[in-house]
Amino acid sequence: MAVMTVIEAVRDAIREEMQRDSRVFVLGEDVGQRGGVFLATQGLIDEFGPSRVLDTPLAESSIMGIALGAAMRGLRPIPEVEFADFVWPTVNQLIGEAARTCYGTNGAVPVPLVVRIPYGGGIRGGLFHSQNVETHFFHTPGLKVVAPATPFDAKGLLKSAVRDNNPVVFLEHKKTYRLVRGEVPEGDYTIPLGVADVKRQGTDITIVSYGLTLHYCLEAAEQVSGESVSVEVVDLRTLTPLDTETVLESVKKTGKLLIVHEDNITGGVGAEIAALVAEQAFEYLDGPISRLCGPDIPTMPFALNLEEAYMPDTEKVVQALRKLAAY
Amino acid sequence: MAQTKPKSRSNLAKAKDAGKASSALPSSLNSEDLIDIFTRMVLARTTDERIWALNRQGKVPIAASSQGHEAAQLGSLLAAEKDGDCFLFPYYRDLALKMSAGLTPTEVMLSFMGKAGEPYSAARQFPLQGADLPNKIIQISNVVSAGLTQATGYALGCKMLGEGTVCLVYFGDGGSSQGETHEAMNFASIHDVPIIFICENNRYAISVPQAQQMAIDDISSRSAAYGFPGFVVDGMDLIQCYEATHEAINHARTQGPVLLEMRVERFMPHTTDDDDRRYRPANEVEEARKLDPIITLANVLIEQGALDQEQVDGIKAQAQQAINEATDAAEAAELPDVSTINDNVYAT
Repeated sequence: MAVMTVIEAVRDAIREEMQRDSRVFVLGEDVGQRGGVFLATQGLIDEFGPSRVLDTPLAESSIMGIALGAAMRGLRPIPEVEFADFVWPTVNQLIGEAARTCYGTNGAVPVPLVVRIPYGGGIRGGLFHSQNVETHFFHTPGLKVVAPATPFDAKGLLKSAVRDNNPVVFLEHKKTYRLVRGEVPEGDYTIPLGVADVKRQGTDITIVSYGLTLHYCLEAAEQVSGESVSVEVVDLRTLTPLDTETVLESVKKTGKLLIVHEDNITGGVGAEIAALVAEQAFEYLDGPISRLCGPDIPTMPFALNLEEAYMPDTEKVVQALRKLAAY
Repeated sequence: MAQTKPKSRSNLAKAKDAGKASSALPSSLNSEDLIDIFTRMVLARTTDERIWALNRQGKVPIAASSQGHEAAQLGSLLAAEKDGDCFLFPYYRDLALKMSAGLTPTEVMLSFMGKAGEPYSAARQFPLQGADLPNKIIQISNVVSAGLTQATGYALGCKMLGEGTVCLVYFGDGGSSQGETHEAMNFASIHDVPIIFICENNRYAISVPQAQQMAIDDISSRSAAYGFPGFVVDGMDLIQCYEATHEAINHARTQGPVLLEMRVERFMPHTTDDDDRRYRPANEVEEARKLDPIITLANVLIEQGALDQEQVDGIKAQAQQAINEATDAAEAAELPDVSTINDNVYAT
């Protein structure tokens, strides 16, 4: 198996889906000759031409509106929002329109599109290149939301997203793009949306996470294993549909739950998981449901120490695990 | 430096010509076409008036009237029908268009009463919003001009598939202020997208008059900034609207976008929830009604000898009868089954 980075896996998935289905096309700012600011679409214009690798004007709302319209016609667009921080001009088309189109036409008009959004911090991006945006889409019925952490998952999930007949928000953590490498099998494979993955088996504490912080959780789990604490790490991979079964099954086994994400704590994905476990696994709990999440500030500041103060990291996860293990 | 202030524009200047219109038929239209479209126009108007009355009786929660916009809507629809390969993205005031595109009076009444059998959204949405694919129509929302980029994308998609479809997307003067309108027109022009932007300009964005919406007289002049043609059309004259759309379809298919500003009159308040006496001059609507496209078209048909007054009255009586039956049928119809509430949140 080839070892590749997340960004290479994303690029391979797009290329293979475009080869497989002529209705698939990408559009966005700089996706053509430039190959995308993160090079996710590098080389695609040479293979598929400028009409299927469409450089758009710098106007996010129309990128999404045009993708939505093309999807209504039966094409399978993959619009790219250059940074999650720039997704806000698309929100009417994405949350207001695309998410409601299938329901609002009673199923007559499905919307097969995948919007790829590089997101997240820890890269010295400051307020407008570090945002976590997932909660807004997680809250919206009609959208599917995917947030892979590894190259293997990124490729398999992106392929499933392209083949799905619904609007999919595909969140790629920028810091994982070149930092995280992993084995990816040759050829075509898919990973179904809505299925979490137990990335590490354990018996004492369950951690639920996704995206970049998943890797910190795995490192922390390894670290506390030397202290006789056995940690199970559940990678959600898909936020919507949420794999409640895998989460509940794990918590019922361990009796303790720590939720880790980079997004703001209040009303975040972790809040929903906490509610789920409180409602459906209350009698299995041996300790308080705990959350290690971004604080309630607009996103991570630019200064190094302030950014570090915002970001969950391995050491913070270790501390949270020790606290929970003491119960 | 002296500035030219925009003049307030009004169709009322032409009120003295009320009831007169281009009576010479373009070669692609015959009097049967006109009689047919007149019949549909009368039916839509009768329906519109009935819906308003039903609202006052508490039987229809909300309605936006197309009274005064019918010539623009049906003239362009007729051109699209004659062409045979057009797809429509109307807006919320296009009752006459949506009905005339192929719905029965009963379907329309089911829609306004939110009953089972509602054709656009199974009664999830405001009346006649969602999709009517058999009649080649999509309108998702009430966010004005959100449909413009969608229609541009749809038309782009048709072009990518090698199809000859032309999209007609409708919006009001209010919607012309949205950033989405700019983005759609700009993109459509760059890629020669086969689309016609039809602005039904009734000079009011709910209550805000044109002079407070823009500092220009002609919305159509904006097309120049994007590099494609734009025209002002008398939106009260069905034949002019037909001809302009007919030509625009041919242009759009081969060369790219066209903007048609169809100048219409809004005879009714913004919606059934609005009271336009708060913001419109007392006799403005009364004067505008002298330009009623139904009167105008009836006069053309009588002048041509295609119909006599008795036949015109007969068409109106038939419409009343049809709407009476449709109203009864819709009132007797069932509400949607509550067990369907979760259906189709996602496509399979």
